Amino acid sequence: MKPQASILFDTPGPRTRLRNNVLTAVGAVLILGIAYFVWARFNEAGQFDPELWKPFLDPQVWQGMILPGLVGTLSAAALSIVLALVFAVVFGLGRLSDHWWLRWPSGMVVEFFRAIPVLLMIFFAQAGAFELFGYTMDAFYAVVIGLTLYNGSVLAEVFKAGVLAVPKGQSEAAYALGLRKSGVLRLILLPQATTAMMPALVSQMVIALKDSALGYIIAYEDLLNTGFRQLPASFHNLVPAAIVISLIYILLNLGLGYVATVLERRSRRSRKSSARPVTLATVGGGSGRGE
Amino acid sequence: METLIANLPEVFAGFWATIRLTVMSAVCSLLLGLLLAAMRVAPTPVLRGVATFYVTTLRNTPLTMVLLFCSLGISNVLHLNFSENPQMNGYWFAVLGLSAYTSAFVCEAIRSGINTVPLGQAEAARAIGLTFTASLRLIILPQALRTVVGPLGSVLVALTKNTTVVIVAGYAEAAFIMNELIYEGSGTVGIFLGFALGFVILTLPTGFFFTWLAKRMAVSR
Repeated sequence: MKPQASILFDTPGPRTRLRNNVLTAVGAVLILGIAYFVWARFNEAGQFDPELWKPFLDPQVWQGMILPGLVGTLSAAALSIVLALVFAVVFGLGRLSDHWWLRWPSGMVVEFFRAIPVLLMIFFAQAGAFELFGYTMDAFYAVVIGLTLYNGSVLAEVFKAGVLAVPKGQSEAAYALGLRKSGVLRLILLPQATTAMMPALVSQMVIALKDSALGYIIAYEDLLNTGFRQLPASFHNLVPAAIVISLIYILLNLGLGYVATVLERRSRRSRKSSARPVTLATVGGGSGRGE
Repeated sequence: METLIANLPEVFAGFWATIRLTVMSAVCSLLLGLLLAAMRVAPTPVLRGVATFYVTTLRNTPLTMVLLFCSLGISNVLHLNFSENPQMNGYWFAVLGLSAYTSAFVCEAIRSGINTVPLGQAEAARAIGLTFTASLRLIILPQALRTVVGPLGSVLVALTKNTTVVIVAGYAEAAFIMNELIYEGSGTVGIFLGFALGFVILTLPTGFFFTWLAKRMAVSR
């Protein structure tokens, strides 16, 4: 990057440049030292043996372990995001209702599921289904239920923010044209709110994808389970497995994150919606950040 | 409900463990997050690059995996342990994993706080002759820290809920106790509602407090 003025630093002069170069050198030495220490420790434990990387070149390992796990992760995340959207529309609309007997319960449900850990819901889904209905729930559905309730509550807030982000003049104009409440909502507010909430929706997908790894705890066969439990158990290559599996997660999430930024930029420019795009940060509260 | 009441001391012990984990990890991740944020805005490309790499990696990896790596990778493969006592060892590995993960989010919150300060503010500070430290202390940080309050509150709430994932590192906190109670006896609904209430008590006031604080401290621009 070319040296230029930023919020913290003025354009560097010759003395500052020298100081920065010294800092760079010191920093580089320190970081290389730490990196070498970590590498050496794992190397001592034999974790960087070339043998241990071989399984990742074997198509059978991919077909038998990594890909089925990936499918497990993606299907749980995808299904729960779809269901969460339905949940979000129902409870988001409930929170916007003019009737207190709809608004209050919806608000309570949304706040409740945002306030408790997803893992608790997953445990309860599985154990509760067995105790109440005598039904042995598949780990897949337990994960989907937990993710749906949590992500649905966050998306309900996003949805509400999306509707509220549509300028008031829009609904006033619609009422002036003679549309009813349902018509205003269906024809004016919803289409614009949907465009505005797209970036937040995609960012929430990243969170759902990461949270689907909680399925590991109840022995759901997701990417973490097949790639980080079964694979190292048969090849004793924990560190290579960690690197490969986390790389898959990171690439998937970076891809989704990129889509979110593109969508945000597009809907900022777009004339389809008069509402400003909603991001997870806009919603604030217990959502998005730090999940 | 009976199971919950019969095991009340255990339940409280579980939540006490959750609180201790949350506080200790919050302190550690705040310190590490500050260091990372300082690196991310540093004028040296090497430090910036390393911090960016760290944040990108940790933010996009599931927490379950980070914690598993701590217990399987560091403890079982490297035999690096914090303490002979398995309980204490589990605790410190949990703190390590949680802070490593959360500090990435803390760093992002702080960095975006610094970025919300308009460039004109810094330019004006330089123009009236303030030095680097003076402009940082008098102009930039007071504005940046106020914007950071809200997002940091969200991170703290998320951290409180994330402590449940520590179950994979084998440390007994609230979710672990809940799982045990569910398998021991009946009354799943009561147990769940009791534990859920515990988390609501922990997270909702924290969330409300930080929202209030953020509003109170907001900079009008």
